[in-house]
Amino acid sequence: MSQLDELYQELVIDHSKRPRNFGPLPEANRRAEGFNRLCGDRVTVLVELDGETVRQVKFQGSGCAISTASASLLTEAVRGKTLGEAEALFQRFHQMVTGAPGSSSEGMGKLAVFAGVSEYPARVKCASLAWHTLHQALSAAAVEAEPVSTE
Amino acid sequence: MAIRAAIPAAAFDAAAARQDFPLLRAQPGLAYLDNAATTQKPEAVLDALRHFYTDECSNIHRSVHQLGERATARYEAARRGVQRFLNAGSEKEIIFVRGTTEAINLVAQTFSRSQLKPGDEVLITGLEHHSNIVPWQLACEASGAKLRVAAINERGEVPLEAFEQGLGPRTRIAAFAHISNALGTVNPVAEMIARAHARGVPVLVDGAQAAPHVAVDVQALDCDFYALSGHKMYGPTGIGVLYGKQEWLERLPPWQGGGDMISSVTFERTSYNELPYKFEAGTPNIAATIGLGAAVDYLEHLDRAALAAYEQDLLAHGTQLLEGMAGVRLIGTAAHKAGVLSFVVEGVHPHDVGTVLDSVGVAVRSGHHCAQPVMDRFEIPATTRASLGLYNTRQDLDRLAEGLKKVQEMFR
Repeated sequence: MSQLDELYQELVIDHSKRPRNFGPLPEANRRAEGFNRLCGDRVTVLVELDGETVRQVKFQGSGCAISTASASLLTEAVRGKTLGEAEALFQRFHQMVTGAPGSSSEGMGKLAVFAGVSEYPARVKCASLAWHTLHQALSAAAVEAEPVSTE
Repeated sequence: MAIRAAIPAAAFDAAAARQDFPLLRAQPGLAYLDNAATTQKPEAVLDALRHFYTDECSNIHRSVHQLGERATARYEAARRGVQRFLNAGSEKEIIFVRGTTEAINLVAQTFSRSQLKPGDEVLITGLEHHSNIVPWQLACEASGAKLRVAAINERGEVPLEAFEQGLGPRTRIAAFAHISNALGTVNPVAEMIARAHARGVPVLVDGAQAAPHVAVDVQALDCDFYALSGHKMYGPTGIGVLYGKQEWLERLPPWQGGGDMISSVTFERTSYNELPYKFEAGTPNIAATIGLGAAVDYLEHLDRAALAAYEQDLLAHGTQLLEGMAGVRLIGTAAHKAGVLSFVVEGVHPHDVGTVLDSVGVAVRSGHHCAQPVMDRFEIPATTRASLGLYNTRQDLDRLAEGLKKVQEMFR
């Protein structure tokens, strides 16, 4: 598989064209907005937190295929996870897309599809925007959080 | 300092000119279409940079030794080269700065300090690069003046009526691009300047995108200020030019203080140096200035009329290719354009377009091009922009079109 095909795998194209869990979440009690100044991508991550458990996650906004697919797959990956598990997944995802030493896509499930992003430094921010925003939403108190930037 | 592309009879020979550029020689498979961001550098410019450091490295305007005299002579020769290039009346009117951004900041800040009062107005257009918006916002904030904007139409043009309507009794300066970086629109600058002058309003022209494409004659234009960047016209980064009419440069206060811009300093009082040195505080980017001089020489050795005609032909070819593709929409369809093809691909974000094009050796820019208000006007977050240089060929644009087909297949 070429580097380009690895970046834009079928799963990425599919989630970018038909994002899952896209739209409002009236039950949300945590939310944060992310903005990538470089390309103008915007994402709002909405979370319904039930005690320590992420009951539902949805997102809104617009962006490139990588950032949209990443947000879409994020919502599937963290649903039902505890705060600690979601945070650990964010850290592992971040290490994977930045190609940090010792990082791997093993056990990452569908999220492994973004391993190829590490070959494209200019696109790392696209893949990680929704995750940074989730991190912000989960770390914030149950009020509206400040927009985060991946710059 | 070989200039192989010198003086072709009628048609401009881009393939020969390409051989003047070491990076393009080394990467024959590259279709470099990001010239509005920065151009590649010809051998003559690289030679001039190296020659300064290997043979003439010295500070200027202060050393009596031979190296210092040679460096000063080279530096001032570059100023005369730029004066000739812009057809300025005097070399005192050529100020070396870091680039267009710094040139505009120089004028905006000195205007703010000496000319703008609360309630005064500054007029720009809806076509501007951030560097011709934000310096004026800062100037207005500091002085209490108001920023007014002449709106653009759906083709990405500034209608003369809209510009004229923006000129009011309190307008103290008008600032606009000669050619838009985001859309390629060529503004009717001579007419805009005449209308501003008819109301006693001085004009700054942002020429960053024009200098590489069209012959600029500041006296014929009668502009009060003209700003340009060396690196967008085949010169080095970190060097640019502010042309200013001598009467204005004398009226405005110094901008930055430091060495070289003074004639005498005591703790009680400092008197300032004459033009152009009044605006050149501190040791300048000597090597890059000399490099810019070489870039000007390089451009002047080309048949610039033939080059402009050639670039227009390329633009027409590219426009035809993109207009012929279903799902591709050109943004910016002004009657007069130069050098830029900005477009969106239906259903595909410009960043994805840029990444796929890069994978097939086509370098373009994706984003808002530091012109977010232009993007807002067209209700899009970003575009993909292919921008032309003198070494581009029809084949480069054909490869762009092929690459776009690949984009559409991938994201079908």
